[in-house]
This record gives sequence, structure tokens and C-alpha cells, in this order.
Amino acid sequence: MLTLTGLSCRFGPVTAVDDVTLSVPTGQVLGIIGPSGAGKSTLLRLINRLQAPSAGRIDCDGLDVTALRGRALRRWRGEAAMIFQSFNLIPRLDVLTNVLIGRLGHVSALRGLAGLFSAAERAMALDLLDRYGLADRALERAGRLSGGEQQRVAICRAMMQAPRLVLADEPVASLDPRNSRVVMDALRAIAREAGLTVLVNLHDLALARAYCDRLVALAAGRVVFDGVPAALSAARIVEIYGMDETALAEAGLAPAHA
Amino acid sequence: MSASLEARWRARRRRRRIAVLAWGGALAAAVLASAWFVELSPTVLIAGLPRIGVYFAKLVPTLHAASLFAGPATEGSLAYWYYRLDLWLFLLLQTSQMAALATLLGGLIGLALCFPASANLAPWRGVFLLARRLLDLLRSVPDLVYALILVWAFGVGPLAGVAAITLHSAGALGKLFAEVVENADMRPFEAVRAAGGGVAAAIRYAIVPQVAPNFLSYALLRFEINVRGASVIGFVGAGGIGQELYTVISFNYYQEISAILVLIMITVSVIDLVSERLRTMAMAA
Repeated sequence: MLTLTGLSCRFGPVTAVDDVTLSVPTGQVLGIIGPSGAGKSTLLRLINRLQAPSAGRIDCDGLDVTALRGRALRRWRGEAAMIFQSFNLIPRLDVLTNVLIGRLGHVSALRGLAGLFSAAERAMALDLLDRYGLADRALERAGRLSGGEQQRVAICRAMMQAPRLVLADEPVASLDPRNSRVVMDALRAIAREAGLTVLVNLHDLALARAYCDRLVALAAGRVVFDGVPAALSAARIVEIYGMDETALAEAGLAPAHA
Repeated sequence: MSASLEARWRARRRRRRIAVLAWGGALAAAVLASAWFVELSPTVLIAGLPRIGVYFAKLVPTLHAASLFAGPATEGSLAYWYYRLDLWLFLLLQTSQMAALATLLGGLIGLALCFPASANLAPWRGVFLLARRLLDLLRSVPDLVYALILVWAFGVGPLAGVAAITLHSAGALGKLFAEVVENADMRPFEAVRAAGGGVAAAIRYAIVPQVAPNFLSYALLRFEINVRGASVIGFVGAGGIGQELYTVISFNYYQEISAILVLIMITVSVIDLVSERLRTMAMAA
């Protein structure tokens, strides 16, 4: 169970996340929707602690995440794996090394710096790559892979972290519809098979409805909707986005993928 | 609407023209002032030009086609011109070794300092400012001045030269390295941090692979500069061919001057060619 209590994040005069209180049961796929600038990315970055909260608390299975520092913080970051819109792989390094970077939260700093990963870790990385159909690309440079392949490598990196949570920040916004579905299928499978909690930011409402167990909408940093996808009525969409779903799709803000 | 836009556009154009004229005038005045300061007088220039020609004429070695390949005892042969080739080659080798070693050491110091000197990586503003000022300090002193001080400390010889070029190179390379790091894509860095890696691991995995080709390219460029620097640093007794060059210039041994200058030009060109090839390879990698 991941619990956010009164979580806020301010950047100067701007309040990106405003008093968010939320409980996410283990194994749930939670979609976070809302217009751009609503604080979706900041919320995920707060949970991973890439961003320090201005107020509020994050708890995960009895662990006070907001109080963590140093090595304990690094371990938490390893457990709250992030997946990014632009994949954030290291293009000049090979795919295998990119996946092994997921182990950095587990190995000692010196071993990580020296790149001394064990044969078992390499086997684990290769096994993950194989599961996502990328085993034969393991020694290629990550930069040579297509967008969809890179995002699958990023998922392998995330799974390599042996995480409790997966935080996916617009994971399919840079992908075509077919690759979007491959990546979303993979994220849902992680929740269903490995029992991990998945938080995913999406601007595509059709994908959000199709893949998420529950949707939370943010507007100006506040939670304005929290419920099952079926409860997201046309009227609520207008409330959240200030326009209806067709207009959203036409404005190119939410291309109707599904 | 369009009329007022036109008026605004004209007003802006007028302001820009005035600004260009004002700055252009200021620049011209500054150039004239500096010319006056350095006593750049056209009459002296014109009067002096022929003397340069005379000097170069004296440098031209006496070579006779008939005895060009004769032994060192025959006047007019190449061997006679280069009668001390063994010494000069040794000194040139020493010069390029000095440059190579100083570039390597300076590069390592610059590498250590460039990360705290990058605004995107320095943990605190204070560290950033300190590292930047240190690099400025290292860079602002010319290697020849370092050499003067270090010859006094370490005695005459190449050690002082290597140390002098190292210090200046560290400052110059560190600043260039830091600028490369500041242009690096920070998203992979963030991803490594988000995966639980420390700052050092994030630099090693996410920054170094991005910047390494540029670092290598700058280091090779610095190597070329340092070969030239090392060939004059001997003027103050800090080793290399410079000492010999200084002697033959002071004693007006014209033929020796030209012999050494030609050797230096060949060496610098060869190193330039090789390092240019290496740099192209590094950038393509």
C-alpha cells in the first residue's frame, strides 16, 4: 500500500502539486490524467524523491519515504522504478549495460562505479531482455534501437531494479499506436503477474480507460477525480480539461490511439 | 492595426540601426586606441618589412645541387646544414614527450575539476564558483610564466616545462570540459539517479559516455597547442628544443635557426595530421 498524505510541491510561487492525499493498494494500475502542467510528472517525481516535497508525507508499506536520506534513499529509489517519456537510456552504451544500470541501487557504490556486475546479474538482465524480445539486441548501442524498443529496454531496466512500484511518466507519448499498446500491455502484465503497483501518467484518455484499474485526475495540482474508468463521464472530462474528449483529440492533446 | 505595426517595425529598425552605428563606432574607437597603445605605426611597419625579408634571406641555407647529398664535411650539402641532426631530433623528441605528458596530466586534473565546475552537476553553488575560479586561475597564467617560476624551483630542465604546461593545460581543458558537461543531456543522468545510482555512478554512466568524444577531441587539440608551447618553453630553460633555438637565435647562427625551424614545422605538422585523424575518429565513434 502506497499512501500520500497532504503531499504538496511548490516551485517559487507555483504550486505544482497541491495537498494530494491518495492510497494505492499493491498491484493496482493507477492512471493519472489531466491537462499538461497539472502536476502529473511532479507527483511521480515526488514519489521517487527525485523532487523533494514542500509538505506532506509519503508512506509505503509502513516505510516513511519522506524521511529517507543517503543510502536508504538510494535503496528506495531503486524500489520505485521510473519509466520516462523519452526513455532516458544512455544512447552510447550497449543495451545490456543500460539494463544493468537498474542494479546500481542494489550494489555497493564502488562495485557500481567499476561496472563489476556479477554473471548472475547479467543473466537476469538477459532474461528480462529475452522476455521483451530484445535478447539479440543486447550488445547493440541503445541509441540504435527504435523508440518502442528503447522503451522496452527502459522497462527491463526498471524491472532489473526489483522494484515495489513502477512510476511511468507518459511512457507512450513518444510512441506510435502499435508500440504504445505493446508498452501498456507490458506495464499491465507487470502489475498482474509480478503484483507490482503501477502508477502511470497518460494524456491519452482511451489508453487510460483501457489499461487502468483506477483513474485519478489532477488539475492545477489538485485531485479532481478519483474513481474507476467507467465513472469518468463526459461531464467530468469537461470539468477536468475544460473541453470534451472529441475537442481534446482534435486539439492533438489526446490523440485517440485505441 | 497594420499601420501601427508598420510604425512599430520602423521604429524598431531605426533603434537597431542607431545601436549598430553606436556599437560600431565604439569598436572602431577601441581598435584605434589599442593601435595607438601598441605603437602600431604604418611608417615603422613599412620601414621594417624589408628587414624581415633580409632576415629570412639570411636564414636560407647555402645548398649546392652538385653536393646536396654529400657528407657533413662538404659545404652546401644537406648533411652540412643538419650537422647536429642527432641532437635536434633528441630535443624534438623530448619536446613532444613534454607536450604529451603535460597534456595527459593537465587533462586528468581538468577532468577531476570539470564536474564540480559544471553548473548542472555541482552540488552547491559555492563548489561551482570555487572550481570555476580555480580553473580561471590556472588558465590565466601563461605557461611561459609558470616555467620561469618552476625553473627557479626545480632547476633548469624538462621537469619544470612539463609542470608549467600541465598547470596551464589543466585550467584550459577543465573549462572546456565543464562547458561540454553543461551541454550534456541530463535525462539519462536523472534516470540513473532515479534507479538508485549515486552522483558518481550517474556521472560515470550517463555523462561520461556522452562527453568522452568531445573531451578527447579537446585534449588532442590541446596536445597540438602544447607541442608549439613546449618548443618555446626552453627559452627560459625549461627543457626541449627551445633552449637550443634560443641559443642559435641569440648568436645569429642563421643556418641553424632555419634547420631547427624546419624540423619544428615538420614535427608540428605530423602531430597535427595524426591528431586530426584521431579526432575525426573519436567524433565518429
